[in-house]
Amino acid sequence: MATAPALRARQARESVVIRFAGDSGDGMQVTGSRFTVETALAGNDLTTFPDFPAEIRAPAGTTYGVSAFQIQFGAGDIMTPGDAVDVLVAMNPAALKVDLKDLRLGGSILVDTGAFSERNLTKAGFPANPLEDGSLAPYQVLTFDITRLTTEAVKAFGLSTREAHRCRNMWALGLMLWMYGRDRQVTIDWLRRKFADRPELAQANVAALNAGHAFGETAEMSEQLVGYTVPSAPVAPGRYRTVSGTEALAWGLIAGMRGAGLEKMIFAGYPITPASLLLHTLANLKAHGVITFQAEDEIAAIGAAIGAAYAGALGVTSSSGPGMALKTEMLGLAIATELPIVVVDSQRAGPSTGMPTKAEQSDLFQAVHGRNADAPLAVIAAATVVDCFDVAIEAVRIATTYMTPVILLSDAYLAHAAEPWRLPDAAALPRFPVRFRTDPAGFHPLLRDPATLARAWAVPGTPGLEHRIGGLEKDYDTGHISYDPDNHARMTRARAAKIAGIANDIPPQHVALGDDHGAVAVVGWGSTYGAIHRAVREARADGLDVSHIHLRYLNPFPRNLGELLQRFGRILVPELNNGQLVHLLRAAYLVPAEGLSKVAGKPFKVAEIVDAIESVHRSKPR
Amino acid sequence: MTVTTITDAELVPKDYASDQEVRWCPGCGDYAILKAVQKALAELGAPRERTVFVSGIGCAARFPYYLSTYGFHTIHGRAPAIATGIKLANPELDVWVVTGDGDGLSIGGNHMLHVLRRNVDLQIILFNNEIYGLTKGQYSPTSRRGTRSPSTPQGSVEYPVSACAFALGAGARFVARAVDTQQPDVVALLKRAHAHRGASFVEVFQNCVVFNDGVFDHFTAKDVAPDTQLHVEHGKPLVFGPSEERGLRLTPGTLALEVVPVGDAGVPLRDILVHDETNRALAQLLVALEPPAFPVALGVLYCNPTTSYERELYAQARAAGFGREPADLGALLGREGTWTVER
Repeated sequence: MATAPALRARQARESVVIRFAGDSGDGMQVTGSRFTVETALAGNDLTTFPDFPAEIRAPAGTTYGVSAFQIQFGAGDIMTPGDAVDVLVAMNPAALKVDLKDLRLGGSILVDTGAFSERNLTKAGFPANPLEDGSLAPYQVLTFDITRLTTEAVKAFGLSTREAHRCRNMWALGLMLWMYGRDRQVTIDWLRRKFADRPELAQANVAALNAGHAFGETAEMSEQLVGYTVPSAPVAPGRYRTVSGTEALAWGLIAGMRGAGLEKMIFAGYPITPASLLLHTLANLKAHGVITFQAEDEIAAIGAAIGAAYAGALGVTSSSGPGMALKTEMLGLAIATELPIVVVDSQRAGPSTGMPTKAEQSDLFQAVHGRNADAPLAVIAAATVVDCFDVAIEAVRIATTYMTPVILLSDAYLAHAAEPWRLPDAAALPRFPVRFRTDPAGFHPLLRDPATLARAWAVPGTPGLEHRIGGLEKDYDTGHISYDPDNHARMTRARAAKIAGIANDIPPQHVALGDDHGAVAVVGWGSTYGAIHRAVREARADGLDVSHIHLRYLNPFPRNLGELLQRFGRILVPELNNGQLVHLLRAAYLVPAEGLSKVAGKPFKVAEIVDAIESVHRSKPR
Repeated sequence: MTVTTITDAELVPKDYASDQEVRWCPGCGDYAILKAVQKALAELGAPRERTVFVSGIGCAARFPYYLSTYGFHTIHGRAPAIATGIKLANPELDVWVVTGDGDGLSIGGNHMLHVLRRNVDLQIILFNNEIYGLTKGQYSPTSRRGTRSPSTPQGSVEYPVSACAFALGAGARFVARAVDTQQPDVVALLKRAHAHRGASFVEVFQNCVVFNDGVFDHFTAKDVAPDTQLHVEHGKPLVFGPSEERGLRLTPGTLALEVVPVGDAGVPLRDILVHDETNRALAQLLVALEPPAFPVALGVLYCNPTTSYERELYAQARAAGFGREPADLGALLGREGTWTVER
């Protein structure tokens, strides 16, 4: 052997974007998640983007059954899953067909030739084998018969052909872990736990993982197969773990419940993609004071949350666009009866069923305005995976402080994506203890706190405070049913003033990046944070006068927002919808905000926002 | 303002009345049911602070405003969902649901199905007047075929749902039926329903004097009641008539009931069916009986308790650590897969 492994020096990379793509039954999400954990443990910053079809197991080999998991990791501040893919792992022709367009020119493709059969090529719609017809010439193609290599690696364990083939993803993972110098012990431990009751499957998967790794190490391939080093990111000292947006949200709700001094959370949900993950996560956290309830429908789910709030627990429900629509009437009841609930909306592409697994930010109008009559409530949004934790605490704080429903907007991307997270000091988390009313003297159910305008929270079981609430309009001074015209006007104004007053109890809007005045402000909300931030940073590096403002509070807006926006010549509002925040800003402040809309079921690419910033700079103001 | 808290002193029915003026139509059957509920609560000695009435929308749904307990007037059809949430948050509360035929079996039919199936420990009183009263008289899901109403000027062509058959079908483990004006029966059934741990379903035939007056007269009018009402009692033969001279038995060779004369001139009493309230198949036969061929079966038609939903849910939660020393949030966050970055 002419070249010893030791002589094949690893090449350094600042950051890398890898996409694992295969059939929805190929285990690509697991592969990506395990690569993520090992990468986090290696000290890189990272962001992931799982992208999978709504079909659980679409017909094998078809393009619509392709499931992908993208990760960007590196030594610097990684804020997005990456615009262009550096390395595409394609487990079958359909994955190559679907995902090739996102590979940068010169990027690498790893394919399992064992899956490139005539039949699979036809199913993917390739007229000729792209591995042979020269169409992949702009890329570096690395071909392995992963199917055969995996089968050999696991043959000692007596698996069926089908079971053996299902270990292919671990072989590919092993190779990728070698390629980036990652450890694999944590994954081996995980496999042993996962298949504890089928030891032969655990052994086979570990063997496949090790075989992929060894394949890289012993370099049966040409010198094309190069290993890389990606230096660890310079991060603040502390204890870290990877976290998904759903986990961060679940833990944030628990931290919020504790912050409020409440004994228990009743979480009621109905299965819906992508919100069900939150129900699953919380169902395993009962030791932390959580009771989960799978209701018969979306309406019952929010109804149970309202009932729980009435009885003195933290009531939480969660859904996605179509389910949110069903909860509308109940939201009105929670507003009328002034009960504190948190409603998490993991937004997805719509209208109607739309594209259930694809992210969008198109429920903003629904959240802010989507109810009959004048029915204001608080709306806040999570910007990043890690932000889900803090925003969940804040949702509980606002709900319990102001006796109001709070809609927390997340989305399909945040629900699934993962990032490294520096664990907060549990003892230093916000505290905002609620005070249940116990004093019967002078009590009526609409007795308001003069500062917050929140009504008294008087919980059944409290002697002397027996009272009746409901959806009928009530008298401001007694809480009894009232059809008095002046009283209705007064109550309508009181409900509006209570929500508007939250603006005095939230931080003023800050500028995330750049000056607090200038030529262009890019104003975003929700999960577009990373892409906007990166884009503004790049544009500023190119000398453009541009700032990034990112809104957590969408109703009410922070009280200085209008004044802040007036200090910019142009306002660009990128959103994953057809223009919603841009409308709200124009309506609220009469500013000439301009929209940048993307409704493709995919996150923004940094370059798309950079282009828009440049274009705004070049063009004359409207 | 002085508020006196009465928890230990003996309460009388009027102690359960709120200070609100009752606004049902004069002569409405709801008044009788309200009185019966207040009487039942007094006889049970129900602590007002631990009693919650939850209602949906409709005439019946105004009920909580007229009681001095905790009350929640919610939205159309959804009271069982909100009541479930209350019970989940505090299983110690005594939670009642007041609903109607439209509220509970039309717009809220789904919730009714599931709250019964789950067996949440609630008392559910369904006021059945076979009409939408509050919206001015449209036919309801329990209206008989041919019912003329503003929305069915030529008569309804729909077949009605039987509330108790629905409840049994949904898996209810306590099903009872009464007539609004027969107060002692209503009070007795409400007390039985209260004693039942799990979802108890009580249908009350309630006369709407404005839009459906007399719709139950064929079995509730004083002159016909003895001949058309069968008051069932566990362990007693299923007999009715002014001097209990008729009874029910299975028609030999079939699974159908028949009315037979009892005694010397007819069938010996030992051949008459004896009511067994734990027998679901019998309950299903009883709820289906209708005049003129049969009497209407009233009383506790089915009672077969098992552990209620919220008890099972809490037992599971406690097994998973709920309610022990508050678990350490820091430990949860750092449970697995952490790494430390040194200064």
